[in-house]
Amino acid sequence: MTPQMDFSLIILTALVCGCGDSHQSATAIRNEGSDTMVNIAQAWAEEYNQKRQDVKVQVLGGGSGVGIASLIDGNCDMANTSRKMKPDEVKEVEEKHAAKPQEIIVGYDALAIYVHKGNPLDSISLEELADLYGENGTLTKWSELELPLGSIKNDRIVRINRQSSSGTYFYFRETVLGKGKDMKLGSVDANGSKDAVSLISRTPGAIGYSGMGYATDEVKMLLVSRRRGELGVAPTLENARNGTYPITRPLQIYVIGKPTGAVKEYLDWILSPEGQEVVLQLGYVPLETNK
Amino acid sequence: MSDYQNTRRPGIAWRGLMDRCEPLIEWAIRLCGYSAILFIFAILFFIIWESRSALFGGVNLIEFFTSTRWQPTSEVRPEYGILALIVGTVCVTALAMLFAVPLGLGAAVFISEFCSGKPKEILKIVIELLAAIPSIVWGFIGYMVLGPIIMWTTGAAVGVNMLNGSIILALMSVPIIVSVGEDSLKAVPDSFREAALSLGASRWEIVYRVLFPAAKNGLLAAVLLGVGRAIGETMAVLMCTGHAVQIPRSPLDPVRTLTATIASELGEAVSGGIHYGALFLIGLVLFVMTFAVNLAADLVVKGIRNEQ
Repeated sequence: MTPQMDFSLIILTALVCGCGDSHQSATAIRNEGSDTMVNIAQAWAEEYNQKRQDVKVQVLGGGSGVGIASLIDGNCDMANTSRKMKPDEVKEVEEKHAAKPQEIIVGYDALAIYVHKGNPLDSISLEELADLYGENGTLTKWSELELPLGSIKNDRIVRINRQSSSGTYFYFRETVLGKGKDMKLGSVDANGSKDAVSLISRTPGAIGYSGMGYATDEVKMLLVSRRRGELGVAPTLENARNGTYPITRPLQIYVIGKPTGAVKEYLDWILSPEGQEVVLQLGYVPLETNK
Repeated sequence: MSDYQNTRRPGIAWRGLMDRCEPLIEWAIRLCGYSAILFIFAILFFIIWESRSALFGGVNLIEFFTSTRWQPTSEVRPEYGILALIVGTVCVTALAMLFAVPLGLGAAVFISEFCSGKPKEILKIVIELLAAIPSIVWGFIGYMVLGPIIMWTTGAAVGVNMLNGSIILALMSVPIIVSVGEDSLKAVPDSFREAALSLGASRWEIVYRVLFPAAKNGLLAAVLLGVGRAIGETMAVLMCTGHAVQIPRSPLDPVRTLTATIASELGEAVSGGIHYGALFLIGLVLFVMTFAVNLAADLVVKGIRNEQ
């Protein structure tokens, strides 16, 4: 019932915005995709609108896949994605639009591993994460990590995962488990980055992953190392930039063909120091410092 | 007198017009009635059509119904087994009914037999109001309020689980059970109650020995309608059950339902792909399940009419 309501809401907003825009003869840019990037995209849109009142950027979330699907169907001008386009998606763009999709990297995201703030654990390795999340993994209890349980009453590790179609899920699976591996079923699948963090903040025995930008006072970010027993690296801008933090990924915007007009101007502004400042402010890793 | 004639004339003209239009109106109303049938078949056709990529070749139907592995986006081998989801839906619904049936029927008996005047009217309005609370609000209550309470009282590892979803679903289906149940109790003729009273039956004996047997079909229909509501509910269970693909071993385990799976995954499934088709196939399974429950409720209600 509710998804349909969502769709009709989107259509309604699109209609209302469409009418308003044609009336004022302002240029509209439709920007859709990744839930990880929706905060940044919204902030960019607002900031840009203050500078250029003749350009309205309309931002929708839904997921990387939704953004790409919209781009293919011609329902948006720019698709935000936290994963690379798949070959069949590229092919579909080429078939439908007779032009290649262009990828523009606009920042980086470091996936943080979150636990409840009362959890005594400070550091975890990718190996342990794979043992916890991966198929045939054997890690199921906090006591197996050899630490005092503290405020955790139930020894069972509650794995918070994401819905299996989310870009963050794909990225986590590929980076932590390795290519061609499956997640162990039975995890609690949250329906958004924010939901995952808020569920962890309510569950003392939970562990999960989300973008660095979603940290709250109620949760703790773990240091992450590649191997068991190694010293963990903190999920900071610095460490994500210099590549020592093991779970960092590029955030990109896809457009069809070479960007022109208002879209090109907007993209140029996003890549400018002013646009990159927004990325930094929201807790993501801006481009400049990465070069 | 002349005033009377003046007001009457247009009435007669209107009547004449109505007489001439009557066949037209009759047809329009008939169309409204038949359109329901048309819609049902159109929806059924649409679901089957959209699930064609899974139905014809993409998904092994035996695996679909017998495997507990739902791994639609696996790079190794995508698997579409919905057994865990069916078990999740059935368990959550059954547990919800365990709470909702005594509560709903109890409330129906109280309102219909033991309550009168103002309290009765107020209770009826409040219960109707309960039915008007949007499911997403119920979801929030389960997620924010009930979850921590369940963790605190039972020591469960996670607050969003089968028990949480069941309690929320129970609260959502109680209003239906109460209003249909109360109607069927009210339909029992007063002569039954008077006869029982004259034989010296207590109030409890009247309810238990006379009203329940007399209204059993209506009460059964009330329960079945509640079940139908519980099976089809999406948003609240998505937020409260924990959304985990597994066969639950206890009511404190997180589970996943059929509806929640469609809601969370359809948005990002590639249109026309096997995953997309499989989600519509789940829709077809749900359609059949709710159709069966509603048909059962309908036949039961029909049973009442024939008896009376």
